[in-house]
Amino acid sequence: MKPLANLLPHPLPPAAAYGGAALAALALAAVPFVLGMNFGNSWVRIVDFALLYAMLALGLNIVVGFAGLLDLGYIAFYAVGAYLYALLASPQFGLHWPLWAILPLGATCAAAFGVLLGAPTLRLRGDYLAIVTLGFGEIIRIFLNNLNAPVNITNGPQGIANIDSMSVAGHALEKPLVVFGFPIPSLYLFYYLFLALAVLTMFICIRLEDSRIGRAWVAIREDEIAAKACGINTRNIKLLAFAMGASFGGVAGGLFAGFQQFVSPESFGLLESIMVLCMVVLGGMGHIPGVVLGALLLAILPEALRYAARPAQMWLFGRMLLDPEALRMLLFGGALIAVMLFRPAGLWPSAVRRREFAASGNGT
Amino acid sequence: MDIFIQQIVNGLVLGSIYALVALGYTMVYGIMGLINFAHGEVVMIGALTALSVINKLAGSGLPGPVVVLAGLAVAVPVCMATGFIIERIAYRPLRHAPRLAPLITAIGVSILLQQVAMLFWGRNYHTFPAVLPSAPHQIFGAALTDVQIIIVLLAAATMSGLWLLVNRTRLGRAMRATSEHPAIASLMGVDVNRIIAFTFVLGSALAALAGVMVSANYSTAHYHMGFLLGLKAFTAAVLGGIGNLGGAMLGGVLLGIIESLGAGYIGDLTNFCWWSNHLPGGTGAGLCEQFGDRGFLGSNYKDIFAFFVLILVLVFRPSGLMGEKVAERA
Repeated sequence: MKPLANLLPHPLPPAAAYGGAALAALALAAVPFVLGMNFGNSWVRIVDFALLYAMLALGLNIVVGFAGLLDLGYIAFYAVGAYLYALLASPQFGLHWPLWAILPLGATCAAAFGVLLGAPTLRLRGDYLAIVTLGFGEIIRIFLNNLNAPVNITNGPQGIANIDSMSVAGHALEKPLVVFGFPIPSLYLFYYLFLALAVLTMFICIRLEDSRIGRAWVAIREDEIAAKACGINTRNIKLLAFAMGASFGGVAGGLFAGFQQFVSPESFGLLESIMVLCMVVLGGMGHIPGVVLGALLLAILPEALRYAARPAQMWLFGRMLLDPEALRMLLFGGALIAVMLFRPAGLWPSAVRRREFAASGNGT
Repeated sequence: MDIFIQQIVNGLVLGSIYALVALGYTMVYGIMGLINFAHGEVVMIGALTALSVINKLAGSGLPGPVVVLAGLAVAVPVCMATGFIIERIAYRPLRHAPRLAPLITAIGVSILLQQVAMLFWGRNYHTFPAVLPSAPHQIFGAALTDVQIIIVLLAAATMSGLWLLVNRTRLGRAMRATSEHPAIASLMGVDVNRIIAFTFVLGSALAALAGVMVSANYSTAHYHMGFLLGLKAFTAAVLGGIGNLGGAMLGGVLLGIIESLGAGYIGDLTNFCWWSNHLPGGTGAGLCEQFGDRGFLGSNYKDIFAFFVLILVLVFRPSGLMGEKVAERA
């Protein structure tokens, strides 16, 4: 049970660590009830999505934050996972596989795509890699959009509907679960499943970061030639970063398909890739708590803005000046610029990175 | 054969436009080593500004070319101002920041520009009014409109002008010096900040011209047109060798032709019946019967050619067709 204590920044004495962890777990378990009672279930839904985004951001953080490989097509792996779930558990092909069979398959499949993308681009770096990955993401989306003829696989732009819900331990999560006569709504159940998987993802990331592989990734990020000289097999380690990051995306995609029960190519556009990248960069690249913070903020704040836009404008100007959707995107674009100008290392960078930024700021 | 020539001609027209946009990318990259992600949006702003003016003047009885020139005359300064502001706000403060930071601000700028354009011009498609003659000429069996001829000629003239500016003037020498080594250029008395701002403004002027051309060619424009166009133009710049002006022109024209040929022939190439008709001995006739006389991939896949070309170029010749070898360190 030692690893639990490692989740905290400073090793605490075991009793305090367990107490803190128990408190945190209680608080997290209470979130859907508090939100649902006070603001309505749509907010629980938003938090469910935020947890999915946290998983995605953690996956991308392996590629961008640890290994320093800029990936602008990350959402393609999410799409692979989601479509795999949709094809294997829907009336599309009449297949109805269980969740626990699809998720590992989705992770493997996405990892294979990750290697497929990584292998030809190993020699590229920086901006070039960004553009190639962006192109890769678009290629996947265009194929999903058009693979309905002559053989109908993805059902084209209409997407795949009526996807089976996920069922855990024999209970389909789309129905409320009755515990001691008290019904727990299905959105809450999804929350607990996603929370468990997000914490597991975070745990894997933290363990990876301190492992041999994690240190090899950081070495490649800092200086690839030096890393090679130190005996790191840069080719395999970079491919591993792509595959690992992609597999997290694949799992999150499968969860997305089972949660939404509908997938269409529209959900996997470039803007989504950019959104996930922004979560990583704004939160603080390579710093796991920062990345999670970035994901939660960027997933929840725009939705909050959507709700607040109407009353705020009514109060300020007495009428609606801007469409809430446009306002949301305007603020999003503005926030990206502002954060990069004033906190180029992100909102919550790791201590090392903050020092590096401070040093380079004085140096040049 | 007629179809082949027609596709080549269409590709040439499309390629001239790509080349103009690619020049904007390549100039900025050459001078600052930065991908100006928002460049495609500048093209969009140019196209929509010009269209608003052209639509206003279309019913006034002025001759068509004058109307279009008036649109261009408004669009160019608007785009130049946009480019100037973008550089000032999003790039200049981050000149010494790590490379990811300007990339993120560029994405922020392009989201902002798109939303502003949407608020201004709405979500609908704007059509280019029929102010220019559209009767096609027959040249070697290919149909070619006046607009298309003007596009190719004007693009060629602009690019020659740019080439002269960069290679034959003091300003051009300062630009080349800055791209070689900004610190040393500034020691030699070049005002690097001004040169960089000028590069952005110049690229944006070309973008405005390209925006008018692309909306005249497809007779439509909307707030979302910048992204894909920008991406393809960037591909063209990389294909030619980024940072190299001649490369951007060559890459643009090549990419236009590849895309247009690809869109024209992908249906045939993925059709078993077409193969069995053209291969000796009717190979694949069985497959033809099985799958019917249609291609697996249609022209709706035309947008992926640019990306495949990009990936192939970067894998096999990362420095592009005309670029010098890229240094090992990023």
